[in-house]
Amino acid sequence: MAAPLLELHDLKTQFFTPEGVVKAVDGVSLELHAGETLGIVGESGSGKSVTALSVMRLQRPGKIVGGEVRFKGRDLTKLSEVEMREIRGQEIAMIFQDPMTSLNPVFRTGWQVGEPVRLHQGWDKTRALGVAVSMLNKVGIPAPEKRARDYPHQFSGGMRQRAMIAMGLTTTPKVLIADEPTTALDVTIQAQILDLLRQVNREFGTATILITHNLGVVAGMCERVMVMYAGRIVESGPTVDVFAHPKHPYTWSLLRSIPRLDEERHEPLKPIEGLPPDLINLPSGCAFHPRCSFKMERCSRDVPALTRVGDTQFAACWVTQSGVELKGA
Amino acid sequence: MPKAEAVQLKRAWTTSDPLVSVRGLKTWFPVASGVLQRTTAHVHAVDGVDLDIKKGETLGLVGESGCGKSTLGRTIIRLLDPTAGTIQFKGEDITHQHGAALRAHRRDMAMIFQDPYASLDPRQTVGDIVGEPLDIHHLASGPARRARIRDLLDVVGLNPGFVDRYPHEFSGGQRQRIGIARALAVDPTFIVCDEPISALDVSIQAQIINLLEKLQSKFDLTYLFIAHDLSVVKHISNRVAVMYLGKIMEIAPGQQLYRRPRHPYTGSLLSAIPIPDPLIERARERMILQGDVASPVNPPSGCRFRTRCPRAQPHCAEEEPPLEGFGAEHLAACFYPLD
Repeated sequence: MAAPLLELHDLKTQFFTPEGVVKAVDGVSLELHAGETLGIVGESGSGKSVTALSVMRLQRPGKIVGGEVRFKGRDLTKLSEVEMREIRGQEIAMIFQDPMTSLNPVFRTGWQVGEPVRLHQGWDKTRALGVAVSMLNKVGIPAPEKRARDYPHQFSGGMRQRAMIAMGLTTTPKVLIADEPTTALDVTIQAQILDLLRQVNREFGTATILITHNLGVVAGMCERVMVMYAGRIVESGPTVDVFAHPKHPYTWSLLRSIPRLDEERHEPLKPIEGLPPDLINLPSGCAFHPRCSFKMERCSRDVPALTRVGDTQFAACWVTQSGVELKGA
Repeated sequence: MPKAEAVQLKRAWTTSDPLVSVRGLKTWFPVASGVLQRTTAHVHAVDGVDLDIKKGETLGLVGESGCGKSTLGRTIIRLLDPTAGTIQFKGEDITHQHGAALRAHRRDMAMIFQDPYASLDPRQTVGDIVGEPLDIHHLASGPARRARIRDLLDVVGLNPGFVDRYPHEFSGGQRQRIGIARALAVDPTFIVCDEPISALDVSIQAQIINLLEKLQSKFDLTYLFIAHDLSVVKHISNRVAVMYLGKIMEIAPGQQLYRRPRHPYTGSLLSAIPIPDPLIERARERMILQGDVASPVNPPSGCRFRTRCPRAQPHCAEEEPPLEGFGAEHLAACFYPLD
């Protein structure tokens, strides 16, 4: 396999608060290959967004305290802010959850969509506007010449997210990081945006990191998936395998706890008991152990590392690493 | 009609009658504009809804943001005043009730809100939050009040010892439990659950869904369960109503609606919901809708969905399709339904 496009190695990002240190990202390693779509799933506070922000060096007020982010042979964590600006928006673009607040209300949409090429490639206004209009057209905005002159408030939520994607693509970046790109949208609009992201991936070959809490979105979009819990990756592998035979009790229980549209009979859901962890006072050992129905004595003592379990998957779990299969009523 | 006769004609409400019966309900909001802020138009949030809710059932109400589902829920329990139409509760017309008469009915109704962070007063203790409905309706005081609050906390799975704590000391899921305990305080028959789990973490949602189901069988509750997540609604509901731009487009038992949707909007809504299974998800055929929801200030003529409908014909712009039967308990408002 070719060398990965983007490589995170033992990345650690922390927030220093009056209450204590929040280890938002606590040793995350991952590889993203050209053209692939990688899913990162987790609940709020799992560190999935901070991981993405750290790649872009937008993690402030958090601090990257360790690890590397390698892109095209360079460690992004070591770059100066000026050097980073060459990467950000040009080589690696990011789209955010809330399209309502990520566009500037006082500039026309076309002007903002053309900003990356003006800034990074030094294009003049007319040429930048031209590329903005053609991108708006590509992402499915009707009458793009006219809409480019509109202000963001004249766009609906779905249209704004399309405009954000258009902005991200003007520089034809190698990597697109989409942080909960459809969470704020209605389901029929979500389907449109996901379809657009698939199309972008096909047409431009942009490698995509898709961050979401929605397991259904991952199932339909990503070849590989990583599951995060309390700042760490607890499981990773091909999406098909992870969903069919999860190797971490958190993934296993999460998949069983959500109602499915195609469920045939009504049975009570099997919830994960307990509460998400307090990030300042993480449980000892495996952070999931207080909620885990498979826990062993060792789980509250030692932190398990992400290790190969089975042919294609990796899991940070003492239970499955010792050969136990996850089964239950 | 002489008054005595009218009284005679009215049959007493029995539990086999609908608990809630809504006819021609409209709730409009004025849109003001210009220097004088004159009302120049109306948002047709709920725009002619007929709906029956049976005692003991969970009726799911789904639709996208702005379709009027929350407004409908709030109007039914008279938190909002209807513009037109009637609302019957236990056979009694409560559309225009006020004061003591309405308050008597309010003891029978409650609401659970979406955002457990915004719906609890941060300066009240858990005991005060849960106890407030008891005070308003003079249901308990002194030691009886305190005992009732502890019981309520226990029944929703919270430690009764938490009565003197404040909302900020709790997580989202626990706060939603406090909101549920408060709703149960008046011992209601009917609860409007307005997106009760949307703001919660995925791993917590199942806990709250199971709690709501447990409470329903324990206290014989009737739910109007409003949500945008059709998988959750299908799981918890006996029947599901699909709303679009202020109107009910289709209503049917959940399993039937999923297996054989008749309205094209329901079909596209179902196909837009991702199923957490990569093999199924990749094999699915999708019906992706074009465009956005039209404005509720100026809804399209005829069928309101026609501007996005893949099956729309010229006729759909001219006449509004009525909500018609497609077998037992299955109604859809469409001239060109799905097979």
